[in-house]
Order: sequence, then structure tokens, then C-alpha cells
Amino acid sequence: MFKLIPRENVSPVLSLLGPLFSVGLTMIVGGILFYFLGVDPFAAIKMIFWDPLMSETFSTYSIPQIFIKGAPLILIALGLSVGFKANVWNIGAEGQYIMGAIFGASFALSLYPLESIVIFPAMILIGVIGGCLWSMIPAFLKVKFQVNEILVSLMLVYVAEQILALASLGFLRNPDGAGFPGSRNLNQYTSASNAEIIAGTGIHLGVLLSLLMVIFFYVLLFRHSLGFKIKLLGNSPKASGFSGDNPNKLIFLCLTLSGSLAGLAGIMEVAGPAGQINIDFNVGYGFTAIIVAFLGRLNPIGIFFAGIVMALTYVGGELTQFMLNLPAAAIQVFQGMLLFFLLSFDLFVHYKIKLKGNK
Amino acid sequence: MNNKIENTLFQCRAINKEFGNVRANNDISINVRSSQIHALLGENGAGKSTLVKIIYGLLQPDSGSMTFLNEEYSPKSPKDARALGVGMVFQHFSLFEPLTAFENILVGLDKELGEKELHASVIMLSESYGLEVNLSSFIGDLSAGERQRVEIIRALIQKPKLLIMDEPTSVLTPFECESLFKTLKKLASEGTSILYISHKLKEIADLCDTASVLRKGAIVGEYDPKKMTPRELGEIMVGQSLFEPKRPVAANKSNKVLSVKINEVKPDTQFGVTLKNIDLAVYQSEILGIGGVAGNGQEELMQVLTGEKKDRNVSIKYMDNDIEMLNPRERREIGLAFAPEERLGHAAVGNLNLLENSLITDPKKRFQMKMGFIDFSELNEYTNEIIEKFNVKTTGVSALASSLSGGNLQKFVVGREIGQKPSLFIVNQPTWGVDALSAANIRQAIVDIANTGAAIILISQDLDEILEISNKVAFLTNGNLSIPTNTMDIKTDEIGAIMGGISD
Repeated sequence: MFKLIPRENVSPVLSLLGPLFSVGLTMIVGGILFYFLGVDPFAAIKMIFWDPLMSETFSTYSIPQIFIKGAPLILIALGLSVGFKANVWNIGAEGQYIMGAIFGASFALSLYPLESIVIFPAMILIGVIGGCLWSMIPAFLKVKFQVNEILVSLMLVYVAEQILALASLGFLRNPDGAGFPGSRNLNQYTSASNAEIIAGTGIHLGVLLSLLMVIFFYVLLFRHSLGFKIKLLGNSPKASGFSGDNPNKLIFLCLTLSGSLAGLAGIMEVAGPAGQINIDFNVGYGFTAIIVAFLGRLNPIGIFFAGIVMALTYVGGELTQFMLNLPAAAIQVFQGMLLFFLLSFDLFVHYKIKLKGNK
Repeated sequence: MNNKIENTLFQCRAINKEFGNVRANNDISINVRSSQIHALLGENGAGKSTLVKIIYGLLQPDSGSMTFLNEEYSPKSPKDARALGVGMVFQHFSLFEPLTAFENILVGLDKELGEKELHASVIMLSESYGLEVNLSSFIGDLSAGERQRVEIIRALIQKPKLLIMDEPTSVLTPFECESLFKTLKKLASEGTSILYISHKLKEIADLCDTASVLRKGAIVGEYDPKKMTPRELGEIMVGQSLFEPKRPVAANKSNKVLSVKINEVKPDTQFGVTLKNIDLAVYQSEILGIGGVAGNGQEELMQVLTGEKKDRNVSIKYMDNDIEMLNPRERREIGLAFAPEERLGHAAVGNLNLLENSLITDPKKRFQMKMGFIDFSELNEYTNEIIEKFNVKTTGVSALASSLSGGNLQKFVVGREIGQKPSLFIVNQPTWGVDALSAANIRQAIVDIANTGAAIILISQDLDEILEISNKVAFLTNGNLSIPTNTMDIKTDEIGAIMGGISD
């Protein structure tokens, strides 16, 4: 049998190397996986990590795409990381992302075809509120009745997916859509369109907001007393109480903050790259953001880079799909491996293994 | 005594151990003889813990050798040590909080033993050695004193030939100490040697046959504590002369700072203590000492005083304001300061550095600029000031609190609170597990702020400490507080009666 023994001295260098190590190991093991799928592993890995950035054929399209796909990941991961620091585990960002999109889109589409400059900011606000309200359900249950927020937030993802289907097939379905599921395209509704801010790239306001949020969260966590209170709660609820903080308020804040950011990501996506509410609107950003948060070591700067790396696997993954015919699921396995290797690496950084003889 | 024939039970020779550049143990040799209680005396950081960890197999020496029962002894793990007959009771408890006291004893066993059989022997041990514990209580609900009793039982159940005790009396009352001493003397007379680590010089004189004094990682010498005064021993330990803090000169009777009236406050957990009939007042420049056995309501009273527990059945008047519904931060803002008993995880957080730990108690938003941003230059300055003024041994403000020794962290916590210049300072167990010189410094600092006009409530299980610096004393027994009396008027035998609850 094995036994895990905590290490007395945890090497800070190793701790920082974790994300790099896990990316490297994911490449190797992912390569082996690709080999067995009948694809040249070197070509596949190169296509995922190198071509989107460096290939002349792809990079003009791919580089902006990395930021577009990275934006929702970074926004959601930033919100989640604050909660994770306080030991508050919102696993349901995917649901909050969906609800943000539905709230914002419903508001805008209910006004269609009215044109006004107020609609866009109001739609974003309502999207944020949608994500926030959805996260308030686990927050309320946690604070009032000590219900585990992991389960509630996760279960609510599936509820949100059903509401998404209902909206796509029912109350938001495009009346001019010949009976196909899905709402009107918000990009064809000028007042509500999250249009590109750099022509021809597809880069939209959400990308800019994700960069600003990195700075905002960096300041919040490292320069502001609220960030300290969150850190204190995560490290010692008792010391937090002694300091005079109300843990319930902080827990509520952490959950609703992450819900709001997921909602923001949702409305940005639906009014921008996705364009419409549809059954397959969500592609798992809310879950992938959990990986991004950990890969970025719950640090805003780290989350930025982790979001970019993760977006790279999305963009590169798409390339491998149509260039090498790799299945989409292979890329999801690839992303899952990243978190798996990171967590395993962390385990070995913090613990050593001792072999125990049989009794 | 009859131990003229020097039969050595345990011996270590020229033990060396380095951590980085720090030489924790420098050529240490000691001799523990059979049936003896052997004191290991030294300040925090003198190398005692390192030495006993080596003996108990938790650390491996860089060089040097040990013999136990005339055989080469080099334990690779505590399990080895226990199998050979070396037991240890730690200063920092190694108990599982979600398990009961009995389960903790059960899981600590190396050998398989029937639950019933074990239960019987635990009861037997706890009765014959006066180690009262509610075996079905969860550790999380027990006070420090009770937890320690569980630890002691856990060590004794393995019938060690050499028992290492790391500051065992730091949370015990005089009664408990006496019964523990009886236990230890009984064990010694039955052939178990005891390696006894303590800062309390008086008890070493009472209890121990030999004392090895350590200073800065090296042995200063071996002494007979029965032939020396505690003060002489203390001065050898610290390498300089010691001072004794004096109680504050005079209380200002007319200025009442705080009055507390509690009819009844029920505990949050099943095993907590109900506070009843508490009526106390403390005046300017006065130290009110609150003594009593661990687990008699100290923790609960502290929570009510800090505001971590708010209760409408409590009346707390500070100056002229009712403050019972204020939270700890609001109480700090009007001039109160608190230092709870548990240093790591309550008063301070091990995973945070000292700067962040200063930020835990920030009355009047001293370390904040506009809009709640942290003022790092002020925080830096304040934290450095504490380190300097209270002689906290650390690598600097960015050191983690967990890297500080118990005594140094306590100096930091007390310094942090005193530095806020409170009008009322409430402190629980300020010198638990703290070395003699640091303890004297902490007491002096408390007396100093009392002399400048602050009122102090000193909750402590160290009776000597209370009698040394308090103007008035009261005792907690089963959640009841005795009527505060002038320290000068109280007699030792009366204290015994009050603490035993006989006055009821």
C-alpha cells in the first residue's frame, strides 16, 4: 500500500513549475492518445500549440480567435478564483453563463426592432444580473441552511440547460426562422449587437473587459482589504470571525461575484461570437474555466496566461478537427488531462509517497 | 535518593542537527537514568524540540549516536520509537478534531486491541492518574487542557519506558499539575524515566531529579534543580539576569471601563460550558485576573467579550455604551483589543505572513486608505515596529506566521494588540508555552499599558501569573465566576476552595 506523507518544506519553485509541467505532460500523453487515434502525434501537437500562433496560413485568423475564446474563460475563471480562495466552490458557472445569456438576450429581443443607444448597456447589465441571480440560489441555500454549494450550483447547470432548450424552442424562437430552433441573431440587431471593436478580427468588447478585469481582480486581491478578507476566510474561518467579518456575507459575495462574471461572459458571447440563443449555445466554458482558475494558480495574472493556453487548445483543437479529422472529444480529453496532471503534480509537491509493506 | 547506582536508560552522544545555516543541535550529549525525571530546560529556539524529535524518531540527526537500554538506538520513525518503548506527549496536540477522545486513543495505537479492553484500560489510567476526560466528546469541542489529557492517556496506554513530555503543565491548574506530578512520580517510581520539557522553573524544582540546560543549541550544563532556586536556574537558561514584573501601581477606582453581567449563556456545542451568574467590572489602570481550570468557560467568556458570540442575555457596558450587540471590529473601533488563547488559527493565521496577520485586527482602518485600499507602507511600518519592540525573532515581515516559534508568535500577537493603544485589553492565556524571558516581557508589556491607564482582563490558567500581576482576581468554575477579590487579600487555600467549586 501507499501512504502519503506531507512534506515539511514545500518548494516554491516546484510549485510554480506545476502549470508548465502539466502542459508538457499533457502534450506527451495527449500525443500518445493521438497516435492511437491514427494521427501523427507530432503534427497534431504542433497544430494545437504552434500553428495557431505561428503558421502563416492560420495565424491571422487564429490569434484573434485565441483572445475571443480566452475572454469568457478568463472572465469566468477570475470570478471563480475569488470564491476558491475563500473555500467557496461554485462549480456551476456554466449555468450562470447560460442564464446571463438568456436574461440579456430576452431583454434585447423583447424590444426588437426598437433601436436605442441604451439597449446595449442595459442588456449587458441584465445579463450580469441573470448570472448573479442564478448564483444567488446556491448562495442563499448555503448561507441560510448550510446546503453544499458544490451540489446545488452543479445541479443548476442542468436546470439552466433545460431553460436554454425551452428558450430556443419556445419563448425566444425566431418568428421569422422557418420553425428552426434558436432566437433571432443579435448581430443583425444593431442596438444589441456586441460588434467587433477591431475590424475584421472579431475581437469584441468582452475581450477588452476580460483584460480590464484581470487588472481589477489583481488590485482587488492584492491591494484591497476585501481581497484580504476573502483570503482570511479561506485560510481560517475562526480568524475571520475574530477579525469581525461576517463569513456569510463573504460567502454570499464570492458566489454572486462569480455568478455575475459568468453572466457577463454569457451575454458577451450571445450578443457577439455566438449571435443567438440556441440549444447548443453553451460549449463548456463554465467548466473549462475551473481548469483555467487552477492552472493560473488562482492568481489573476496566472489566470490570464492559463486562459490563453486553454483557448489555444480550443483553437488548435478546431484546426486538428478539420485538418486531421481528430474527434472533438479528443480535445476535451486533452483539456481534462491538463487539470489532472496539474492536480497530481501538486499532490507530489505537497506530499511524498511512502511504500508500506504488508502487515 | 536511592539512585546512587547510575544505571543509564537513555544516552545520546554528540548529536548534531542543522537546518540550512541554523545549527539547532550542537554536540548535544545527555544521560537519562532509570526511574528519573530529567528536565530539559531552555528558551524557545534553544533546540529542545529538535532534540526530542530526534529521540522520538521524527528527525534524523546529522551525526551522533544514541543508546537506549544499553543498545544502539536509531529510530527511523515515531513508530520505531514507540515499539522500543519511547513515548511522547506533544505541546501542539496531534489529535483528530472530528473524532471523539476515545477514537483518538484507539487510532493512535500501533497494536490491535479490543475496544472493550482498551476502554477499560483507558478508564483505569484516567482514574488512577486523575486524567479526567469525557471519552465520547469530540476533540473539536474540548478545551486545550482536556485535549492534553487525551494526549497523555494516549502516550501512557503504550506503557513507555521513556516518556517525553513537552510542556505538559502549560494548560493545567495547580490541582491538575499536582495530580500530574503524582502521576509522573508514580510512573518514575515504577521504573519509567521521564524527559520533561518545561519553562516553569518552580515545577522543575518540585518534580525533577536532574536538569539539562540548553542554550542556543548547545548544552550549558547539568544541574540538580533541588539545590538551586528557580531564579538561578532561569538565569542559567537565558544567560542573563531575569526581572519580575510588578502589578500596576494603583487602579483609578472612579473610572469604570467595563462591566459585564451575564445571567445565562448557553454554549454553541453540546460539550461547551454554560456561563452563569457572571458579574464583573474592571477599572482604569487595573488588571482583573480570571483564573480557573481549563474548560470551565474561559473560551466561552472570551467569545462573549470579543463579540464573536453575541447574545441578548448579556449586558456589556463599555464606558457608557452598551456594546453587547457589536461585532469584534466595532468593539475594536471604540478602543477594545483582544488576544485569544489559540494563536494559530484564531489570533493569527499560519499561512499568512506577518503583514497580513497585522491586518487581521485593524481598528479605525489604520492600514486602509480611501475606498478600502490597503496602505502597505503604514502596515509595513507598524509590523516592523511590533517585531522590534517585542523582540519577535523572525526573518522579517514577509515571514509566514507558521514559521515563528510559539513564544515569538505570542509576542507578535500581544504586540499587535498593545500597539493599537487600547483602553481595554482582554487577553486569554498570554504566556502559554512561552519561554521565561518572553513571558516576563509579555507580562511587563501588559502591566505597562495598565500603568498608562488601560484596563486589563487577564484570563489565565497560570495561577502564578495571575497572582503576580493582577490587582483583583476571580475564578471560573463550571461557567460561574466568583466575586472578584483584591489579590493582596486572598490566601492560597481559599483559591483552592473557590476553584474546586466548594464555595458554592
